[in-house]
Amino acid sequence: MKSDRVLKWFLYGYLALVLIFIFAPIIFSVIFSFNSDRFPTIPLGSFTLKWYETIWQDPDVWEAARTSLIVSFSVATIATLLGFATAYTDYRYRFKLKPLYLALILLPPTIPLIIMALAMLAWFAKIGLAGKVASIIIAHSVLTAPFAMAIIRLRLSQMDATLEAAAWNLGADQWRALRRVIVPFCRPAIVSSFCLTAAVSFDEFAIAWFISGLNKTIPVIILEIVTGNIDPQVNAIGSFVFLTSITLVVIAQVVLMTRDKKEKVNHG
Amino acid sequence: MADALVEFDSVVKRFGDFTAVETMNFTIHEGEFIAIMGPSGCGKTTTLRMLAGLEEPSEGEIRMQGRVMNHLPPHERDTPMVWQSLALFPFLNARENVEFGLEMRGVDAAARTKKALEWLDRLEIGEFAERDINSLSGGQKQRVALARSLVTEPKILLLDEPLSALDANLVIRMQSMLTRLQRELGITFVYVTHSQSEAFAMADRVVIMSRGHIAQIGMPRDIYRAPENRFVAEFVGRNNIISGTVKSTSGKMVTIAGSLGQFKVALGGVHQPVVGDAASFVIAADLVHLSTTKPKAGNMIECSLISEEFIGSVVTLFLEAPDGSEFKVQIQERELSDMDLKHMGRVFVSWASDRAHFIGAC
Repeated sequence: MKSDRVLKWFLYGYLALVLIFIFAPIIFSVIFSFNSDRFPTIPLGSFTLKWYETIWQDPDVWEAARTSLIVSFSVATIATLLGFATAYTDYRYRFKLKPLYLALILLPPTIPLIIMALAMLAWFAKIGLAGKVASIIIAHSVLTAPFAMAIIRLRLSQMDATLEAAAWNLGADQWRALRRVIVPFCRPAIVSSFCLTAAVSFDEFAIAWFISGLNKTIPVIILEIVTGNIDPQVNAIGSFVFLTSITLVVIAQVVLMTRDKKEKVNHG
Repeated sequence: MADALVEFDSVVKRFGDFTAVETMNFTIHEGEFIAIMGPSGCGKTTTLRMLAGLEEPSEGEIRMQGRVMNHLPPHERDTPMVWQSLALFPFLNARENVEFGLEMRGVDAAARTKKALEWLDRLEIGEFAERDINSLSGGQKQRVALARSLVTEPKILLLDEPLSALDANLVIRMQSMLTRLQRELGITFVYVTHSQSEAFAMADRVVIMSRGHIAQIGMPRDIYRAPENRFVAEFVGRNNIISGTVKSTSGKMVTIAGSLGQFKVALGGVHQPVVGDAASFVIAADLVHLSTTKPKAGNMIECSLISEEFIGSVVTLFLEAPDGSEFKVQIQERELSDMDLKHMGRVFVSWASDRAHFIGAC
C-alpha cells in the first residue's frame, strides 16, 4: 500500500517536471513580452505593451501574418482533402501494392526537414515556383498530409463496416454514400485534422525558411528579428504564435474527445 | 402456391479458392417468410448478400420477378436489409435514419418526414423520433432499423441475424412482432439465422445450409420430424442416428441390422432401399419410450444411464448403448421422478417402427 503511494507521488512529480520543461520557456516568453526591459533578466522591469505596439505597427510582421494565415488555411484544406482520400482508399479497397502505397504516403515525416527543404527548393527553382506562396503551400501539404491521413484513418477504423453497405442498400450510389455517410461519420476527425495541419503549417520553420523567398511566414520573420539583435518583439510575436497554435490543437483534441466520450457512454 | 419472387438458378459463389455457395437452386415465393439456417460459415449470409447485390454470383443466375439481378448494383435494387449490427447511422436521429431511404429516392422533405413518423408510430417508437440513435435501447434500435428498411415499402425484406444481440425475453417479443408485421404487410421476408428456435418459430419454410450446399428445404415441422440426411438430423434438435445395413424389406417396412441389433423402420417418402445397402435411421429423443423392465418385443436397446440434463419441465437423459455410442432420451421431469433411476443403472429404450425415420445411406 505504502509503495503504491510513493510510486503515485513519484509519477506526479515526473509529470510535473515534464510539463515544466515544456511550458516554462513559453511562459517566460509570454512574461517577458510584457516586460519593459530590453534584455530578458530578473528582476523584471515594469509592465508594458510597447513590444506589442511595435509589432502592431510593423508592416513586415503584418505581411508575414497574412502569408502565414493564407498558407496554413490552404495547407489545412489540401492536406485534409488528401488525407481523407488516402485514408478512404485504404479503408475501402484492397489491392496488391497497398503496403507500398501506405509506406509512400507515410514517408514525408520521416525525411529530415533540411533535406526535404533543400530538395523542395531545388525542385521549385526548376519549375519556376521558388519563392512563391504556392511553393510553401505545396511543401507544407506534403509534410502534413500524412498526419491528416493518420487521424482520419483511425476514425474510419472505428466505423461499423456495414454502415456504408447499409447506405447502398437503402438506395445511395457510391458517391452519395460517401457524402451522406462516410464524411459525416468522419467529421470530428476531419475537423481535428484541419486544425492540426493548420497548426503544424503555422509553426513550421525549416522548409518555410528555405523556400519562402520574399513571402516570409511568421516563424521566418521571428528568426530575422532575432538574428539582428535581441528584441523583446520576438516574445510578443511568439506569444501570438503560441496562442494560435495551442487554440487549434485544443480545438482538435476537444472535437475528437467529446465524440469518443459520447460514443463510449452510449455503447456501454 | 404463390408466384415466384426470387429464383436462385445454379448459383455458385467463390472467394478465391474457397467456395462459399455451391450450385444453389431454390425459389422464394411472394409473401412467404423463409428462413435460411445453418452453422457459421455455411454460406447463409453470402446468399443474403448476393440477394442484396453486395456480392456477385461467380456462376448461375439470380432472378427477381424474372429479371436477372446478377450485375445490378445494390442501390438499384429494392432489397432493404436489417443488419446484424443494425448499421444505423449514428450521426442521424431515429427519424432521419428512417428517412434515409426515402431521401435517396428523391421524396421531398415534408412527405418523407410524414412517412417516417408513420412507420415509427406503427412500430410503437413514435415518441423516440427525435432521439439520438445511441440513446435508444437495443429493442428500440431494432425497431428503428426495421422502420428504416420498411419505409420504402419493398417487395422483399432481408434480415441478417437481427435478433442475435438481444436478450432472450426481447427475442420472443421481437419474433411475434416480426411474424405479425410480415402477415400484415404480405411482403417476403428472407431471414438468416443460426438459431433453430427463431427459424422454426417464424418461418413458413426453412432452408438448411451446410458448407455451401442446401441440406434440406421444407416446413419447420417436416424438417424437425423428417430430416432428409444425417446433417439435418444432427443439426436440428436431439436426434439419435442409428446406422447399419438393410437386412430385408417388405412393403413399407425395412429391417436394418447394425451393432445395436435389428430394427424395423417404417418407410416414408422416396427411399427405395435394397437389401445389403448401408442405411441409417433417426429416432428423436422425445419419441422414445423409457422403462426399467424389458419390453416384450419391438425395437429396443438396453442402455445404462450416464447423466441427465435438467432444463425445466423436460429432462434429457444421456445413455450409453452396448456398443459405446450415446443415446439421448427426452422425457417429462414428472415422469422421470416416478421412475427412480440410478446412475449406471440399466434402462430400456423402445419405440414404435413408425416413429423412426429412414434417412438412407448418408
